[in-house]
Amino acid sequence: MGAPTNMLKVLFFARLKEQLGTDSIEVSVDTPLTINELKAHLIAQNSHWQAPLTADNLICAINHEVVCKQHTIESTDEVAFFPPVTGG
Amino acid sequence: MITISEADFDAGEEIDALQASNSDDGAVVTFTGQVRQQNNNQSVSGLFLEHYPGMTEHALTKIIEQANTRWAINRVRVIHRVGQLNVGDNIVFVGVTSKHRGDAFATAEFIMDYLKIEAPFWKKETTPQGETWLEAKQQDHDKANHW
Repeated sequence: MGAPTNMLKVLFFARLKEQLGTDSIEVSVDTPLTINELKAHLIAQNSHWQAPLTADNLICAINHEVVCKQHTIESTDEVAFFPPVTGG
Repeated sequence: MITISEADFDAGEEIDALQASNSDDGAVVTFTGQVRQQNNNQSVSGLFLEHYPGMTEHALTKIIEQANTRWAINRVRVIHRVGQLNVGDNIVFVGVTSKHRGDAFATAEFIMDYLKIEAPFWKKETTPQGETWLEAKQQDHDKANHW
């Protein structure tokens, strides 16, 4: 039996949203997978996303918590990528 | 209480609410941030603020919870505006009450310092050269880390 395939929703914010030209995407992926695997999947579908999605300072949040690159994504997770924050 | 809104706020009304029926506290400390005309040696004519609905409230709640474990505070009010703002407009309000001033001063600064590095807001400035997303500053991280 292979890993389950799910539609995962991924959100983008601020400069990254403008660079990618969209604020969200739904992707069909086998879960669990790591953040780097998800990025590789997105880049395989859109080669011009390589530079923005591999920026050193890009932050990933899963279920509203900032996580590290090795974190594993589950099927029901809300995933978001964004640049460093600048509020206040 | 946390509010994220496009609408303006009245700092005076917020102070009144922090003080209303509150005879326990001797201190009310507030901070109001507003849009500056000059930033990074550029003239700013407007500021657009984007945020991540849901995560923003979650991040601010966690910051206030942390403050509650460190200082003897009572009421906390955080307001952050989003959307298109003009020079001089209010951006952010933090208000804290406590029995004595030290806890309220420390908490207000702690909340602002962590809001700046952990709450998912992004600023885009309008300048004569066009629109630019602001870069995060190392000094903001240094300031938060001193806590």
